[in-house]
Amino acid sequence: MDWNVIIVNLPFLMKGLWMSIKLAVLVICFAFPIACVMAVGRISNRLWIRYPSAIFVNIMRSNPLILIVFWFFFLVPILTGRPVGDFASVMIGFVVFFAAYFTEIIRSGIQSVGRNQIQAGLSTGLSYFQTMRMIVLPQALRNMIPALITECVIVFQGTTIAYVVGLREFLNSTFLVTERTLRPAELYIFAAIVYFIVCFAGSLLARQLEKRKVIT
Amino acid sequence: MALNYDFEWGLLLENPHKEWIIEGLAHTVGLSLTAWVIALIIGILIGTIRMTQSPLLRFIGTAYVEFFRNIPLLVQLFIWFFVFPLMLPNDLMFAWNRLPHVPLITALLALSLFTAARVAEHIRAGISSIPKGQFDAARSSGLTQVQMYRHVIIPYAFRVMIPTITSEFLTVFKNSALTLTIGVAEITGAAKAIEAWSFHGIEAYTVASVTYMTTTAIVVLFMSWLEHRLRIPGLIARK
Repeated sequence: MDWNVIIVNLPFLMKGLWMSIKLAVLVICFAFPIACVMAVGRISNRLWIRYPSAIFVNIMRSNPLILIVFWFFFLVPILTGRPVGDFASVMIGFVVFFAAYFTEIIRSGIQSVGRNQIQAGLSTGLSYFQTMRMIVLPQALRNMIPALITECVIVFQGTTIAYVVGLREFLNSTFLVTERTLRPAELYIFAAIVYFIVCFAGSLLARQLEKRKVIT
Repeated sequence: MALNYDFEWGLLLENPHKEWIIEGLAHTVGLSLTAWVIALIIGILIGTIRMTQSPLLRFIGTAYVEFFRNIPLLVQLFIWFFVFPLMLPNDLMFAWNRLPHVPLITALLALSLFTAARVAEHIRAGISSIPKGQFDAARSSGLTQVQMYRHVIIPYAFRVMIPTITSEFLTVFKNSALTLTIGVAEITGAAKAIEAWSFHGIEAYTVASVTYMTTTAIVVLFMSWLEHRLRIPGLIARK
């Protein structure tokens, strides 16, 4: 074992880690609002809203992320008619995929809020969307924070998949360094430790918040 | 928006594409089924030791679960593939490298151990959901701790856990796609190869997507049937 290889290549590796974090944060920032809208659609009484959201969510959830990334990597340039760059293609694939998972979390969060809350909201003269925005979603959000944090950890783990299209995130940077230095043991163990620290911290936070009382 | 693309579905039935697809299907199904079964065995073991009185066993169980759950599967695959053989003593390493289908064996190892951690979590959640009275009743009728788990808790917990355990199969099924990175020719890898070969990505990826979606549909149907068959009388049915 020669751990020097990590110190020497640390700036390059950290650039990769920064890319992973950037990717994860951007994906969460885009996927979450989309998911909020879709979750409301998923429990709508109007079938022409409910069915398309349900079909979308189920298609995304029954495919592996890596395949979705391939799909978008192939489709986005064809659909837009011009190359948009690897980062954008991968981002779009990730956002669409994780929006489906966030939708399901938000939906079950909304459904954890008692039905009488909605009735109370409507009966005080609020419109359906006002009830959703001011009464249901704030309570639902609080209930689903642990699940959301867990999902954010999964998004961070998922960014490793960008490796397959050659985006220079943390795993891909590690891979590139191993190709050059022929020191896979130290480098992959280092990568595993870094991922573990970030993800374990996230898991602990989620568990801590889970202990708080859930509003019903 | 004009779609600048010529569809040519027939090329999926031409060789070598057809062979790749068939081989890919076989690998995906075989790999995920085997990994799922191994993961169930290890997962039940780990999940159970996390519920015992011994702090040491509990610690081992928790460490296992946290370790495998908090490292991305792709990183684990790479470690098993690139690092694990280096850690073996020399003669073992040569024997390992001489094995036929090293990528496939590595994939099986990584998928099983990773999924086992998830199964262990489900097992623990299932066992925790059992009313305390069941434990007291088993102990007071003179069963030892092992017997209690063997005859009372696990059969009970297993029926409670059927939905999560079955859906775990779908997770392995999808996760098996990652093994293309270490050279296992499973269905996503086959689709990628066809795309690279012919630039007909839509047709190729459709085959893979249809595979995953059909399997999901079948498993979900089977699951609701099984759940109905094996439900525990007296427990409120889900949904």
